[in-house]
This record gives sequence, structure tokens and C-alpha cells, in this order.
Amino acid sequence: MLDQIVFYFFAALAVVSAILVVTRRNVVQSAIFLITALLATAGIFLSLHAEFLFIVQVILYAGGIMVLFVFVIMLINMDVALHQIQFNRQWWLGLLLALVVGAELTIAIAIGRSHLSFGDPAPASALEPSTQLVGKVLFSEYMLPFEIASILLLVAMIGAVVMAKKKI
Amino acid sequence: MLMNLLHFVISIWVPLVCAVIIVAVLPLVAGYIVLMERKVMADMQARLGPMRVGPHGLLQPIADALKLLIKEDIIPDEADKAIFWFAPLISVTAAMLAMSALAIGPWFQIAELNVGLLFVVGISALGIFGIVLGGWSSNSHYSLLGALRSAAQLVSYETAAGMAIVGALLLAGTLSTREIIQAQNDYGTWFAFAAPVGFFIYIVASIAETNRAPFDLPEAESELVAGYMTEYSGFRWALYFLAEYTNMVVVASIATTLFLGGWLRPFAGTPAFDFLDGFPSLLMLVVGAYCFYRAPKQPVKVQNLFMVAVGLLMFLAAMILAAPLVPAVANLLPGLKPGLHGAFWFLLKVGLYIYLFMWLRFTFPRYRFDQLMRLGWQFLIPLSIVNVMGIGVALVLHRHWGWGHLPAFGLTTLLTLLVAGLLGWESEKKDKEHVFVGEA
Repeated sequence: MLDQIVFYFFAALAVVSAILVVTRRNVVQSAIFLITALLATAGIFLSLHAEFLFIVQVILYAGGIMVLFVFVIMLINMDVALHQIQFNRQWWLGLLLALVVGAELTIAIAIGRSHLSFGDPAPASALEPSTQLVGKVLFSEYMLPFEIASILLLVAMIGAVVMAKKKI
Repeated sequence: MLMNLLHFVISIWVPLVCAVIIVAVLPLVAGYIVLMERKVMADMQARLGPMRVGPHGLLQPIADALKLLIKEDIIPDEADKAIFWFAPLISVTAAMLAMSALAIGPWFQIAELNVGLLFVVGISALGIFGIVLGGWSSNSHYSLLGALRSAAQLVSYETAAGMAIVGALLLAGTLSTREIIQAQNDYGTWFAFAAPVGFFIYIVASIAETNRAPFDLPEAESELVAGYMTEYSGFRWALYFLAEYTNMVVVASIATTLFLGGWLRPFAGTPAFDFLDGFPSLLMLVVGAYCFYRAPKQPVKVQNLFMVAVGLLMFLAAMILAAPLVPAVANLLPGLKPGLHGAFWFLLKVGLYIYLFMWLRFTFPRYRFDQLMRLGWQFLIPLSIVNVMGIGVALVLHRHWGWGHLPAFGLTTLLTLLVAGLLGWESEKKDKEHVFVGEA
């Protein structure tokens, strides 16, 4: 019961703030609602006992990326930004696609509902500590993708430095 | 049945009571840290500091708090009012929330999390939004520049602090605050001695993260009036102050947990040093005796009585801390000694760490912004990465090759220091090449 209340609270928070992110005119307000949406997602992770995912979401997205977002936004001339058109001309197409995908998902879940069984969630005490588990799996089973991803990030980082600096 | 009920009540109420204590006591603690800072500053500058309100200025924080609460709350006309209004709350909430996973003694912890330390670090980093949004919404150049500096500084030094923490976490092999302290007990040494370079990096980075001198550029009064707080006044300004001092407590607690053995007594594993168990009571007795000694010298009658009261309080604290040492009490309540003395040692270490902050503040002149950035990116971050590798090598030497603690960690520490020397020499050379580049 409590789990459900917590879930619906965070879910509603995430959805409402996600909508506000795209509909607010003021960029800073959009950024704040984006932070709220990310934190609400983190809250859902926490209520599922995925503590590591929760804290990674908070540190990386809310704490790291959004700080840089806000940092850049503050340097934008707000008066100009406020008078620009908010959506481009294809907004109705985007809305239509979103509605279609939403309807598709709803129908799929409604039809397949009887065949889906999630089982009872395991009690929190029965779960292995997720942090150790993630670490083990990352460095054994998914070693190669993990290393490839880190090399990709390194390349992106070096690329950004090369592009930003005139003389190295 | 009854035991189950009791267990349930304890499991709900203990965290709740701890949370209420933290929220209620932290503002007071912050106020007294400010008083301590003013006294330390006065001492280092051969002055007396606040002396008027209460004996030796002991009631000054309460007077200051009252003044701040009843001051006019000014909101600039051009400010983004909603954001201006709640930005300080973000800072305070993040700082207080971060306290929830910290274990102050074996008894006092709100939530034992599997990712405890990461939680503290991650949540306290969210406080930056309060500073950035507050600076932006003030619609003032000084505030905006202060906020920008603060964000840049935090992002830069977060990396170095994070890598320093990773080094200590490698030693502990866990993220839970309790288990980290337990690991230091098992090692027989605090991680500050196993990873001294990491500890040093963490000290520097934590000063920069809490925006304190010599890295207090976001609020450098000679350049930016008061930085991001320029337009704030009264209660909201007090909230920023509270957040700043709470953050100091948080980083000091992280350093204590990770590097200084948490609630462990010095030489916790050595029976020869068991006489140190008497230190908490002795310290309280000495402070109490000093209060009595100073009491007759106070200028006003009320202050005499107040001083005597403080002395009696200290004696009471000494009694309480000495209680677990009596064998009869220890047999009755075996958990009392770790609970009380653990909290004492933890808070003492936190206090000493904060004192170190003050000492540094009144010793070093403020850095220039480009110097700050160069120190962070070209010295601390490479050094912290080398430090993590060094600790990894030391662990392999110790665990798989059977080296002792001292040779393994000594060798890697020396190598890391060598790298530090090279990095320092390199950046010194660069410093001389172009003395002043102009725009930072």
C-alpha cells in the first residue's frame, strides 16, 4: 500500500514536471522542472530498492549534467529567448506521433494484461546489495561493452577539447 | 509478539527522533560554529572577538539569529520572485538531507543505506542549485558572476574529491558508512594514514566545494560584494548561511567517516591505549573547571551565574560520559559505551576538521580564479587519478603478493608524492611562462 502511494507520487511528479519542461516559456523554469523530473525518476528507482541506480541518477543527471545545463542557460540573453517561438512548425506532427505511440502502448498492455505476470516483489532483505552486483556484472559479463563505452566517452571528451581550443 | 511490536516502534521512532534532532540542532550548531570561527579569527589576530552578549560572547549566535529573523525580507523588483523565494530552501534541504545517511556514533543514524557515502556526496552536491538559481534570479551582475563561479568551482573540484573518495572506498570495499568505519577498525589504521595523498586532496577539494577561503571566490567581497548572496537579506540570507555551515559539517563528517576512523577511538584495537577511554570525561572536566575559574572574573552578575551553569553542564556531561566506564553500568547496558563515546569521538573529529578549515582560512590569501581552475584541473585531478591507481597497486601488493601494510602503502604513497612533485613543478613552469594571461 505504502509502496503504491510512493510510486504514484513520484510517477505523477515525473509526468507533470516532464510536461511542464516543454510547455514553460522561461528556460530556467524548464530546467528546474527537468531536475524535478529526473529526481522523481530517481525516487522511483529508490522505491524499487535499486539504490545504486538511484544515486547514479542523482549524481550524474541531476547533479552533474543539469548543473552544466543551468550554467549555460544563465549565460543566455533571456529577453531574446522569451520572445522566440517556442515550438517549430512540426509540433502537431510530434504531438500526433506521441499520441499514437501512447495509444499503441495502452492497447498492447490492455490486450496482453492477462498474459503478463510480474510475480510478487521480493522483500528488501532478500535482495543482494545492488552496488556490488552491478560492479561484478559490469566487470565480468559486460566487460567489453563497458570498456567500449568508456573509450567512446574518452574520444568525445578529447574531441570537445580539440574543438574548443584554438591552439593545443 | 511484544518484542515484535517493540522492535517495530524502535525501527520507526529512532530514525524519526534522529531526524528531528538533526533539523532542530543543526541551526544551533551552525550558529556556534560561526561563534567559534569568530573567536578563532580573533585569537589569530590577537583580539578578543565577541564578548558582550553572554559571558565570552556565548549567547552571540542566539542574538544574531533573532536579529536575522526579524530583519526585513527584501525581494528586488526585477528579481524572478518565485525562484528567488525558494532557491535558499534548495541549499538548506540538500545539506540537511545529506546528513541523514551519516552515522554519528553507532546509535545515531537516520538511514543505513547500501550506498550511504555516495548518497551523502550526491545529495549534498544538489545544494549548488540553490546557489546558482539564487544568483541568477537576483537579476544582478554580482550575484550572477558569483553563481557562475560557484558552479564552475564545484564541478571542477567535485571530480577531484570524488576520485579521492574512490581511493578510500577501494580500501574499504563498501559504500555503507558503518562498514567503512568497521573496515578501518579491521585494518588497524585510519585510511588517512593508508592514503595520505587522498586525504590531502579531499581536504583541498572540500574547502573549494564549501566555498571557503582561500577558495571563497563566489563570495569574494573585494570583487563581487557578496557574490550570489548580494541581493539576499534577513531570513533568506540566514538560510544560505545555514546551508554553508551545514555543508561544512557534512564534508567534515565525510572526511571523518572515510579517513579519520569515524567514531573509533584513536588506537581502537590496542588494549594498551585503553586509558584513552577516560579522555572524553577528562576533557569535559577540564572545560568545566575552566568555566568555574573564569566565572568570578565576569563583569556582570548574570554572567557569573551563567558561567557557573555552563561549568555545571560540562560536569554533568563528564559524568554521563564516565558512566559506561563503571563496570556495573557497563554490564547492565553494554551498548552504552560505543554509543556515547562513539558520538563523542565522531563529533570531536568533525570539530577538529572544521577548526582546520578556519585555520586555513585565516592563514592563506585568496586565490585568483585562473589559479583556482589550474590547481583543480592540472594538479588535483591528475594527482587524484594517480592516487587511485597507487592504492590499487598497494592493495594488489598487500593481498596477492603478501606484502605488509607499511611497505605496500609506503611505496605507493612515495610514488604518488613523486608524481605530485612532477605535476607541481610542471605547473610552476607554466605559471612562469605567461605570468598574466588576462581574462581568466
